[in-house]
Amino acid sequence: MTYLDGASSEPLHPAAREALLAALEHGYADPRRLHGRARTARLLLDNARAVVAESLGVRPDEVTFTPSGTHAVHLGILGLLAGRVRTGNRLVVSAVEHSAVLHAGQWHESRGGELVTVPVDALGRVSPVDVVAAGAAAVVAVQTANHEVGTVQPVAEITAACEAPVFIDACASAGRLPLPEGWAAAAGSAHKWGGPAGVGVLLVRKGTRWRNPFPGDDRVDERGTGFENVPGAIAAAAALQAVVSESAALGARQRDLVDRLRSAAAGIPDTEVVGDPVDRLPQLVTFSCLYVDGEALVTELDRLGFGVASGSACTASTLEPSHVLAAMGALTHGNVRVSLTRDTTEEEVDRFCRALPDVVARLRREVGAP
Amino acid sequence: MNEPEVAPDLVLDCRGMRCPMPVIELGRRIGDVPTGAVVSVESDDVAARVDVPAWCRMRGQQYVGEAAAADGVPAYLVRRVS
Repeated sequence: MTYLDGASSEPLHPAAREALLAALEHGYADPRRLHGRARTARLLLDNARAVVAESLGVRPDEVTFTPSGTHAVHLGILGLLAGRVRTGNRLVVSAVEHSAVLHAGQWHESRGGELVTVPVDALGRVSPVDVVAAGAAAVVAVQTANHEVGTVQPVAEITAACEAPVFIDACASAGRLPLPEGWAAAAGSAHKWGGPAGVGVLLVRKGTRWRNPFPGDDRVDERGTGFENVPGAIAAAAALQAVVSESAALGARQRDLVDRLRSAAAGIPDTEVVGDPVDRLPQLVTFSCLYVDGEALVTELDRLGFGVASGSACTASTLEPSHVLAAMGALTHGNVRVSLTRDTTEEEVDRFCRALPDVVARLRREVGAP
Repeated sequence: MNEPEVAPDLVLDCRGMRCPMPVIELGRRIGDVPTGAVVSVESDDVAARVDVPAWCRMRGQQYVGEAAAADGVPAYLVRRVS
């Protein structure tokens, strides 16, 4: 089985596995107690926080571990909004944000807040001019890079152009690309960089007005809720430190492999490769094949031993096509997202590139495509 | 929404068809009308709203817009230009 769905979840990094096993043994106690085992757990947690902070170029007291990337997104956006309650309630987001951002926006709207969605161009890029044109925002939320098509967003330009605090969803890029400048809060997700699932990271910059939008708790970290997942945090931190140190070499290698995938897909008739070809995430590519059923394509590739994701409606739990592809005006059927892991080899990519044209041609024949 | 007031020369009933079948039907039948004529794709498939315009862009045809059939089902209008 060739796993080409690292953007959904990266396999556990070897550094994380080692750290996780050690921390499971020693990091079980309540880090808020005063006895020896508790101090060990607290030390491990503080160490994890320091490592994440150093890896992402922020201060340790700006880092909060959360139960998921999604929860970090919700806390980040809604917490900034709660801090701005006297200023306004307009949340401005791009049309291609992850569903976690859109769900936070809908939740805000259902409680009387205003949600404004800014369109993107055909590459999936949001324009700083359009963000400003959306009117005086209480909070702006924009991703660092798109999780489906890879396009990098002009975050530094947006933060420079906006007076409102900017939340950035860095889940797709954390550990791969440095964080941009000027944001107020950010979110990351450990299982996207080779850490374990069930660990997210919320970053809130010093001096930012942030209020807990949820009931809160009395834990180690004022922004955190619930008993700390100390082993998870340690493993997430170890994986992040490792991927950041590898990122230059790995990114360059993945970029070349994705270029290969892009030209193989573009060589198939009536196939549209989606997203910015250059200013993009290193590890993924999305393309759509005209007249091909997305579900059949994923199933057939799986039968041949390739695990890929799809944004086509028939492959989604909602049976709606990907809102990212729709916002870009890209073809939504026959869609495949190929995303590499740190272990993906040249040979695996070449095998996929060789298999793809026949699969597409066969599926088109089967449905009697014109 | 401003509905385009264009009388279609050919109506394709794609109700109940899942993607990509409405677009395949459009691809098969576009040649049945002369250049300048309009084909209406009546489809209750949510992907058709994105995929019919995308097909027009990829195939060099003109997307006219969205209207509604008598029963309220969306009708996507395409002008054959090549």
